[in-house]
Amino acid sequence: MDESKIISIWFIIGCLLSLFGIIIFAANVVDYIAPWSGTVTVLHELRAGIWWGAFLIVIGAVYTIAFNPWKKKTEAA
Amino acid sequence: MPGLITPIIALLFDGSKIISLGWVDSAIVVLYFIFVLGIGFYLMKFTKTGEDFFMAGRSMTMWIAGLSFVAANLGSLELMGWAAASYQYGILATHWYWIGAIPAMLFLGLIMMPFYYISKTHSVPGYLKLRFGDGASFVSAVSFGFMTVLMSGINMYSMAIVMKVVLGWDIHFSIWVSSITVMLYVVLGGLLSAILNEVLQFMLIWLGALLIPILGIIEAGGWTNMVDRIHQNFPKGDYTHLWSTLGSFQDNPMGIHWTGIVFGLGFCISFAYWTTDFLVVQRVLTAKDLRAAKMAPIIGASFKMFVPIIVILPGLLGLAVIPGLVGETQAIATGGHSYNEVLPLMMARYLGPGLLGLGITALIAGFMSGMAGNVSAFATVWTYDIYRPLHKKLASTDGTDAHFVKIGRWTTIIGVFVSIGTAYLVQQFASIMDYVQALFSFFVAPLFGTVILGMLWKRATKAGGFYGLLAGTVSSIGMWAWVKMDPSALKIIALSPYAKDMAENMYRALWSWMICVGVTVIVSLMTKARPENELNGLVRSCTVLPSEGHLKFYQRPVFFASIVFAVFIALNIIFW
Repeated sequence: MDESKIISIWFIIGCLLSLFGIIIFAANVVDYIAPWSGTVTVLHELRAGIWWGAFLIVIGAVYTIAFNPWKKKTEAA
Repeated sequence: MPGLITPIIALLFDGSKIISLGWVDSAIVVLYFIFVLGIGFYLMKFTKTGEDFFMAGRSMTMWIAGLSFVAANLGSLELMGWAAASYQYGILATHWYWIGAIPAMLFLGLIMMPFYYISKTHSVPGYLKLRFGDGASFVSAVSFGFMTVLMSGINMYSMAIVMKVVLGWDIHFSIWVSSITVMLYVVLGGLLSAILNEVLQFMLIWLGALLIPILGIIEAGGWTNMVDRIHQNFPKGDYTHLWSTLGSFQDNPMGIHWTGIVFGLGFCISFAYWTTDFLVVQRVLTAKDLRAAKMAPIIGASFKMFVPIIVILPGLLGLAVIPGLVGETQAIATGGHSYNEVLPLMMARYLGPGLLGLGITALIAGFMSGMAGNVSAFATVWTYDIYRPLHKKLASTDGTDAHFVKIGRWTTIIGVFVSIGTAYLVQQFASIMDYVQALFSFFVAPLFGTVILGMLWKRATKAGGFYGLLAGTVSSIGMWAWVKMDPSALKIIALSPYAKDMAENMYRALWSWMICVGVTVIVSLMTKARPENELNGLVRSCTVLPSEGHLKFYQRPVFFASIVFAVFIALNIIFW
């Protein structure tokens, strides 16, 4: 097995976290502007969904960029 | 931990549904399933040889091996069960994450890993075969293989019940969808797929569960205010001290003495599980070199130390902000909520759209990482330690590598279906669970006695190893049966009539370990030892370990282990 040819798991994690972050962030921003979910949680005034979604996007972006497999190929070339 | 399954099963009898998922939450869960399956399909083309399928090509970095080492242990039942245990027992539940894990993980990395790694064994029974011959290896392989698929089925059924109670999902849907997903990605990509998915799952468990303690601490007004509120809510009990209440069995909610925690849990059960249970050790055996193999458990320990933040803290916060949760029997009688539901209750309390889906994904990820661990370890042990010797004996020739990969894939499929069968069997006969959990505990402590003597004492012989393991296991079964038939025997086994179930398990493990060691020593001294040159790479005093002299002091595993140990000591003092 040539592990150097395998896309890094950290890149895949970055992609998934970014997607999760975008979904959670968007859903909560829309819910803030025009409430649709009908969910009222304790401390909902803190809008945890918005900042946690943003946090996932940032973490995901960092992993996606840092472990981007195409960047590795370009460097090798 | 097996002992946590029964209270979770009791949830089945509480008919209420705790939370509902919206479409955003469902999208998160579906996306997760697509990714884990995609990883399996993608890795299929890289998994060709036996070394790839069973050992992930022995090419994992210390970070990946270390994280999968912890993730394979961090099942959904751990999250649900230990949150419930911390509501019931308070901060004492943290012992299972600190003294019950950290010293053993460091010991595995620094002392035992070199022998597992240098011997190039595929498994723990494989090491026993090299050290003690076929007898001890076969007993260990059969018991491990049998118990692994049964435990996998029990965990599967427990998870399905949790999903039914928490989300209202159909039990059959939960069992089949989750297990077929795990089967597909393990069959396709072997251990490589299982390990890489475990790393992904580990990240999701943290990111899905971390928001609960963060918001909980904000609501409680900080740690000090949380402790004050717990004391106000429960003035008669002490739920916030780790050691100061362990001087007597009657002074703490767990009914345990510090000797049980230190010697039973901290030494015996913990060392037995973390150093000899192949489910976790297999992850470290995939490391790309000896330094990575030594570092992986140390990295694992550093993450394990902080798991109480997402597991124990939600339970403690529950004591502060939602007092009044009761035991399962009382909850059924009064129609209230039990402390077994504390984690989903905290999820419903704090998590809004999307976040709830992330939290549920964390629970599903936990279950799948645990199940993939069971299935991949079972496939390896069955193929290499049970099937291969039998095939060699019957066919008078060793099979090809491709043949064993094929057997490994079929074993994975069969293992998953046996697990599913077990899940349905448990649905019909719930008492089977108690017996299987007890069976599991019978083998672990004596096995540690056999392995540790094999690695550290060159005089231990083949007969000593076999009879020691047998005596330890039989004595453990005997003690369990004795207390079942005559509950007053508890005061002899656990040294106090006030001891509770957990205390009994710890002392039973300690006695069975001592019996195993005693019998191994006596029989070994009466039988002929193997020549030293045959023990190279298997026993410490007969092996020249590779020097770490070329590494700077801060690159050496012992340096990192010292830091982790110092933090472990500091945490115990802070929460004394």
